Formats: sequence, structure tokens, C-alpha cells
Amino acid sequence: MPLSTRGLFALTWLETKIFLREPLGAIGSMVVPVLAFLVLGRALPRTVPLTATPYAGLLAPGGVPVLVSILIANSAVLSLVAIISIYREGGILKRLRATPLRPPTILTAHVLVKLLLTAVTMALMTLVGRRYFSPGVDVPVISFAIALLIGTWSILSIGFVIASIVPTARFAQPIGAFILYPMIGLSGLFAPLSAFPPALRTVARLLPMTYVVSLLGGIWRGEGWLAHLGDIGALVVAFVVCTALSSRVFRWE
Amino acid sequence: MAATCGRSVIHVEHIRKSYGTLRAVDEISLDVYEGEIFGLIGPNGAGKTTTMECVEGIRTPDSGTITVLGLDPFRDVYQLQERIGVQLQQAQLQKRIKVWEAVHLWASLYKRKTASGEQLLEQLGLADKRDAWFMTLSGGQKQRLFIALALINDPEVVFLDELTTGLDPQARRAIWDLVRGIRDRGKTVFMTTHLMEEAERLCDRVAIIERGRIIDVDTPERLVVKNCPQRTVVLATDDSGAAEAFGRIPRLDSVTRADARFMLHGSGEEFVTDVIQCLSDNHVRVTDFRTVLPTLEDVFLKLTGHSIRE
Ligand SMILES: Nc1ncnc2c1ncn2[C@@H]1O[C@H](COP(=O)(O)OP(=O)(O)OP(=O)(O)O)[C@@H](O)[C@H]1O
Ligand SMILES: [Mg+2]
Repeated sequence: MPLSTRGLFALTWLETKIFLREPLGAIGSMVVPVLAFLVLGRALPRTVPLTATPYAGLLAPGGVPVLVSILIANSAVLSLVAIISIYREGGILKRLRATPLRPPTILTAHVLVKLLLTAVTMALMTLVGRRYFSPGVDVPVISFAIALLIGTWSILSIGFVIASIVPTARFAQPIGAFILYPMIGLSGLFAPLSAFPPALRTVARLLPMTYVVSLLGGIWRGEGWLAHLGDIGALVVAFVVCTALSSRVFRWE
Repeated sequence: MAATCGRSVIHVEHIRKSYGTLRAVDEISLDVYEGEIFGLIGPNGAGKTTTMECVEGIRTPDSGTITVLGLDPFRDVYQLQERIGVQLQQAQLQKRIKVWEAVHLWASLYKRKTASGEQLLEQLGLADKRDAWFMTLSGGQKQRLFIALALINDPEVVFLDELTTGLDPQARRAIWDLVRGIRDRGKTVFMTTHLMEEAERLCDRVAIIERGRIIDVDTPERLVVKNCPQRTVVLATDDSGAAEAFGRIPRLDSVTRADARFMLHGSGEEFVTDVIQCLSDNHVRVTDFRTVLPTLEDVFLKLTGHSIRE
């Protein structure tokens, strides 16, 4: 089904405004990760030298920003799952579908809102971080932001798969968290993949979160994009697979 | 009133739709003609919404064919959505969307020239609510907003599913006028209701549907004449000879009496004339006189064996 831009920007803008009108949701998904950044950043030692860490672990340089970025992406996905299931339960999706709006347009608007939210949170984190928690090294902030948007975009497609299977809006957040947090646990952020038993390592390699962590960590350490083409490729594959899957199983009412 | 003379804009042939083992729609066929208000009436769960949503292209029937404005609602769904307006029975909008934002968004979705949103809000009595969030509207105000959204693209066919549910009598009448106005501009209206009064006053033709099947289709008047020929005359008189005189009225089925009050039950269009004739021939003085005609409600009772409210 072709994506039509008619109504896309109107809908995206409107959904952004509507999102910001709900103070709890907006604060929860933007302020909490930034606070986490500050607290973790102060609590963890920053003395581990770059060369001593063969992986982008939590204690490595960039470990905290990567973790917080993952949290940002995560909350975007959970918020997407919640919104989609609430809209489905309330018949809002059905009402939008009884217009010339094409289904992919409706869903893309929500992806754009979440990416916008991620970008703004990232900007906030950078501002706050610059002031209170100097990363010490020259971080390619713009590249890092782009990497985060790519990662978020890819795992948002998992959000659609989750949104397709949650039975009611009440279960949206718990089921979403149940699927996403183990993915973070296996992503190589807390322990290097090489330390996993082989079976677990294979599972981790199949999960897109692993590639998000690898991409973000690498960009933070100043590695070039070319070194991470594999990660980006994996994220694109994850997006394509999840989008195809959700277009088959997605329920509108 | 166009009744059956216009071109068929909705053509439904033998559609079926099941949910699991439940046959929600079982072999329904119908035609809706250009410029008429066509109503589906029937009890809860009869299959009205299912039928209508198949025609709107948001559900697919298991079998059968549907044509709307010459289009296939499944294959040509986007083309069709441009030209129709839909009010769903159960719908919500985003909790915190403002009334004017909804109207503007809807107006931006159509390629064709749209109606004036502000004017529609005015007509529907929502002008002072234009800045209110959807979640703060009352049930009737939400309903009126949905009607505004259904009319925003100046559609050729308007689908209204239970359009006045939850409205107060005043708003209901205003909506009826609005719907008649739509028809008078040459548009076609396909609606459902379980209010017999609404069907009787508003619809040019109605289809009575029960358990997924259409039992009868016609104008409300003809449905009544065809199915319920009985007439009742209620009158009050002190005349002692009245009871005996009434006994000679032709086509009289029965008389019930409470003191000076008589209810004469008969059948056929001539019955009321016969009663008046009898009163005049026998010089019976009456202090009250009225006729009670059967309504769609009675037709419904007769055809389905139960009231629509059961
Ligand atoms: N999505 C669905 N899944 C399962 N069953 C359904 C679904 N939609 C409708 N039904 C069933 O199909 C039957 C017809 O429903 P429908 O909504 O068409 O009735 P209706 O005539 O519009 O009733 P009402 O007057 O209550 O609006 C009902 O028994 C209903 O329970
Ligand atoms: Mg219904």
C-alpha cells in the first residue's frame, strides 16, 4: 500500500500537540531519561581508560549516555505501543480509517512524533550533560543523535508488532516492557557478548537492540559510520521484517 | 421525495458476514436510490452496523457483492472515502484534540472542496465549543461533532449509524432537519436507528432487519398499510344508545369500554369513515374523538413477534 503524504504532516503536528497536552506522558518520557543521565553520570566512575574496555559496557566511556539513549528509545517505543492500543480500543483508529487517510500514513505520523520526541530529549540531555557532566572527550553529538534516531526508528517497528498483539490497552505497557527490557539486558551493554553462553549469544545477535548499542557506543567513541555499516544494515533488516510482520497481523479494532 | 425513482447509488447483493459461528449478516440484498433517506431498523445485534460497515468499506463481507457510487468498497476504498461521509456508531477521537482541530484535520484529508467547518459547527450548535477538548464534550456534543466530520467533505452519500443516540429531543429535531437538508440538496442518506419515530419521520424507505436478514423494505406508510390494517377510534359519549349503535358498524372487530369512554377497533381504511357515519346517523353526541393509527412500532411487532426494545 503506498504511503500518501496527504494529511501526514497535519496529523503528525496534531499528534505532537496532543501528546504535549498530557503533562505526565510528556514529562515521563523526556525528563526521566535526562534525570537518569545526571544521577548515573555522577554515581559511576569515569576513570576507566578507553583502551581497557573492548566493548561498549556501562563503565566504558559513553556507557552512561548509551544506556540513557537506549532508555529514551525504549520509552518512545512503550509510548507508541500504549498510544496505538488506546487508539484501537477507543475506536480512534477505526474512525481515522473511515477517511481517505491510508493506514500507513496514520502509523507513520506516530513514528514521526516519537522520533521528534527522541530528538528533543536527546537535545535536552546534551544541554544538561554539557553543563553538569562533561563527557571529557569530544563527542560527535550530531552523529550520535542521528545514530539514536536510526536505532529508535528501527525498534519502533518492534513497537508495532507488540501493538498488534496486545489484547487491551491495559496490558500494553507491561507486555511492551516484558519484551523490551530483556532485549536491553542482552544487548551487550551490561556484559560483553563474548561473555555469554553460545545460545544466548545467538539470541543477542538476532535482537536489534544489540546493534543499537553497538552503533551508539561506536559513534560515541568517535568511530566512523563505515565501521558500523553492519549495525545499520541489521537495523534496516529488523525494520523491514517487523514492518512486514505487523502489516500482516495489525488489528485496527 | 425520490423514493424508488432515482438511480441506485448503493447496491448490495447477497452479502454474508459471520463472526465465528455467529451469522451477523445472512444474505442481505438491498438498493438505496439517489436522493433518498434510507433507514435500516432492527433490534440490538440485528446486523445493522455490520451491514453498514461493509458498505462503507471498513469491513469485508465473507461473500456477496457491494457497489457504492459505481465503486467497489473494498478495491476502490480510497476513491470511495473521498465521496462518502461516515458517522460510526461507536467512535472516539483523541482525548485532548480540540473541536476545531478535528474539523480542520478532517477538512485537510480530502482532495475535493470541503464544506466550511466553521459553518458546520455553527449549524450543529458547537460554535462555542470549538476550543474544547474532545474528552470534555458531553455525549450529545460528541455525537454532533461526529456528524460534522461526516459532512465535512460535502459527501454524495452520508452514512449515519444511530445518529441521534444520546441526544436530547431538541437536538434530535435539529439533527433531523439537518438530515432532511442533506437530502434536499440531492444527497443520499443511509442510516440506522432503533427509534421507530425517527424512522417514521425521517426515512423515505426503511428496511426491517432481524437476525441478519431483511424482513421487509418499503416506505413507512406502505409498511403500515400493508402489515397493520387495523384502526382504532377512541371517543367519549354519554348517549345510552351508543353501545348498541356501534354494534352495527361494518368491519368492527371489537369494542372496549370504560364508563363513557369507548375504544372501537376495526380494520381497513374505510373504518374511520364508517364510525363517523354511524355517529351522525344515530345523532350520537360525543365529547371526545380521536383516531389511533398503527405505527412502524406495530409493524415491527407484527413482523418480528416482539417489540424492538426487548
Ligand atoms: N467485531 C465483532 N466480533 C464478533 N462479533 C461481532 C462483531 N461485531 C458485531 N458482532 C456481532 O454481530 C451481531 C450483529 O452486530 P451489529 O453491530 O451489526 O448489530 P446492530 O444491528 O448494529 O446492533 P445495535 O442496534 O446494538 O447497534 C451481534 O450479535 C454482535 O455481537
Ligand atoms: Mg449498530
